[in-house]
Amino acid sequence: MTLKTFTGGLHPPDSKQSSAHKPIERCPLPAELVIPAAQHIGAPAEICVAVGDQVKKGQVIAQAKGFVSVPIHASTSGEVIAVEPRLHPMGRALPAVVIKPDGLDQWDETLTANDPGQLDAEELKTLVREAGIVGLGGATFPAHVKLSPPEGKTIDTLILNGVECEPYLTADHRLMLEQAERIIDGINILRKILGVKTAIIGIEANKPDAIAHLEKECAAHDIQVQPLKVQYPQGAEKQLIDACLGRQVPSGGLPMDCGVVVQNVGTCAAISDAVRLGRPLVERIATVTGPGISEPKNLLIAIGTPLQHLVDQCGGLEGEPAKIIMGGPMMGQTQLSLEVPAIRGTSGLLIFREQDLQIKPAGPCIRCGRCISVCPIHLQPTTIAAYARLELIDEAESYHALDCIECGCCTYICPATLPLVQSIRHAKGGIMAKRRKL
Amino acid sequence: MDNQLYLSSSPHIHSGETTDKVMRLVIYALLPASALSIYFFGLPALGVLLICTLGCLAFEAISGKLMKQPLTLVDGSAALTGILLALNLPPSCPWWIALFGSAVAILIGKQIYGGLGYNPFNPALVARVVLLISFPVQMTSWTAPAPLGSGIDAVTAATPLGEMKTAVMLTGKLPELAGSGFGHYFTGNMAGCLGEVSAAALLLGGLFLLYKKIITWHIPVSFLGTVLLIGGIFWLVDPSKYPSPLFHLLTGGLLLGAFFMATDMVTSPVAFKGMLIFGFGCGLLTVLIRLFGGYPEGVSFAILLMNACTPLIDRYTRPKIYGQVQNT
Repeated sequence: MTLKTFTGGLHPPDSKQSSAHKPIERCPLPAELVIPAAQHIGAPAEICVAVGDQVKKGQVIAQAKGFVSVPIHASTSGEVIAVEPRLHPMGRALPAVVIKPDGLDQWDETLTANDPGQLDAEELKTLVREAGIVGLGGATFPAHVKLSPPEGKTIDTLILNGVECEPYLTADHRLMLEQAERIIDGINILRKILGVKTAIIGIEANKPDAIAHLEKECAAHDIQVQPLKVQYPQGAEKQLIDACLGRQVPSGGLPMDCGVVVQNVGTCAAISDAVRLGRPLVERIATVTGPGISEPKNLLIAIGTPLQHLVDQCGGLEGEPAKIIMGGPMMGQTQLSLEVPAIRGTSGLLIFREQDLQIKPAGPCIRCGRCISVCPIHLQPTTIAAYARLELIDEAESYHALDCIECGCCTYICPATLPLVQSIRHAKGGIMAKRRKL
Repeated sequence: MDNQLYLSSSPHIHSGETTDKVMRLVIYALLPASALSIYFFGLPALGVLLICTLGCLAFEAISGKLMKQPLTLVDGSAALTGILLALNLPPSCPWWIALFGSAVAILIGKQIYGGLGYNPFNPALVARVVLLISFPVQMTSWTAPAPLGSGIDAVTAATPLGEMKTAVMLTGKLPELAGSGFGHYFTGNMAGCLGEVSAAALLLGGLFLLYKKIITWHIPVSFLGTVLLIGGIFWLVDPSKYPSPLFHLLTGGLLLGAFFMATDMVTSPVAFKGMLIFGFGCGLLTVLIRLFGGYPEGVSFAILLMNACTPLIDRYTRPKIYGQVQNT
């Protein structure tokens, strides 16, 4: 059987075997939680607690600011011991609330359970927004924005992203195996909000156990499970839509422009909690892994847990760390230190040692064309990168630099080890800066 | 944790496929053809191979030094150019021609443009054509194969394509293909350049490159297909005057050109559609030069002419990007 897929892409070793079979474990609370106000795409939330305040788990500690923004909540009960800039995964100090847990882990009593059957779409959407739900695949785009298509846009299909195409990461895999009922409940809520019937869960074929399990669980719910070819970046929104439906998101547009909403399976489970239990997004599942970790695990972590604490739960470091990556190896961000807290978008913590890195000086482009054949957007990465190096921003733009999804396939495959996607990012920054000036 | 951490933007892993590995695999793919050339032509062939390879390495090192550039010998491209040049020379070619050719390939063919990746023309072919025009006598003195241990020094002979050209020019008819035959062409038992003699060895190397995904099928298939098709049409029109497509395929530098020269990444189009156009152009020009040109063999000229078209082809074959189609 040929599996559905998109054109382009590649297949890096998936390196998932060290954590794929490990059940999700709850990570104990650390001595202090560092909860940044900026954890999503859009305006950072505005901190509304002060030093000395006692907070309950799930209590709002920072208010949403504007439509494309979400509130931030306390991940446990305890005392606010600092409100100050702390090192953020973005690489600089940003405002954060530091909470010293009281050990009781008490939920805010004002949070109440709801019956989704009794609520209408608007009420459900409000619950999603107030719970601070963002895309948990890593992009952290506020979920309610995706669920609010403007007038005139019709959504006919909901796609659930269970692809997890990033090597090393297994958090979504474990979630699908262990907590299918939360995902299905979330799907039903999403279908009600969007008024759509068709729901497709896309899963890469390297997770046959998850596919079989969800197929069984979804049978009674009219949800389609779609196995997909193991091909990176199968889980990128545009590629997933192409693979599942054969539709393309117009250049510069959003999935809703082709009638689709995509949500990660983890986001879906969080939406179930937000509605059914009334519980905001204060914890998530993350894979702590890589050759620099003694005992890789899938952990259920409180948002704001410092990375060092996660490492300690996984048997500590294995050798000297050389690169600390938040997320997967293809799109994750390198970190300055293990003091940085895990946030809503932290799908994994990956640690490489010196010997695991393949650092080679970049050579000249030999025009082999591999970057072009792997680019899932069918761009010419080497051409855009060459223009970017020469600061020829207009030329880079004419080669559609802004359409780049930054999946990193071009850099991964380049035999000259050129930093192609990095140069394209530079060009994108230049194009955006120029547009702002106009 | 006092050690230094690497900070960089993603991705953080690499395929491990590097330029030097690519070059090394192409060199491996040329080994069967090189070995057979030594078997058929003996020590002179070995000499040409050694002079060209070492010559190219030396000129690369010298020019790099003069231009104050880091040593680039390790990328393997100079050695590859040397082997390709040797395979494009007749076994009887004097040592100084081989050495001069190496200088042309590396200095004029490549380094003058800025080194690997910047040369518009295939360096080995630039050298071959410069030598062919400058030293026509030495470059077209062919010897019949005298396999190692046969006791024969050298017997002059014509290449099958040369034989054909002369006969057609003199009599308007194809020569009798006596004494030789397709079986011999296939194994390599005919007069010609080092690398032109064995279709089997070249095919083996070409398939290896395809298997290793160093090259894609687009250029070899469109190049060879076009030669077969257009050569075939002429043959059907007048089989007494025009040779059969199989003759085109197995003689001269066609297989060497289609698998190893036209597929040179630096000088051929980057996108698949462009590769198909490039291969078609190479095939068309090859047949036209072979049948109607002044030279018996047209592969080198065809590829160089198409090299010149590569930037233009690239410009007009930009892949259609995702999302340019409007959904209905």
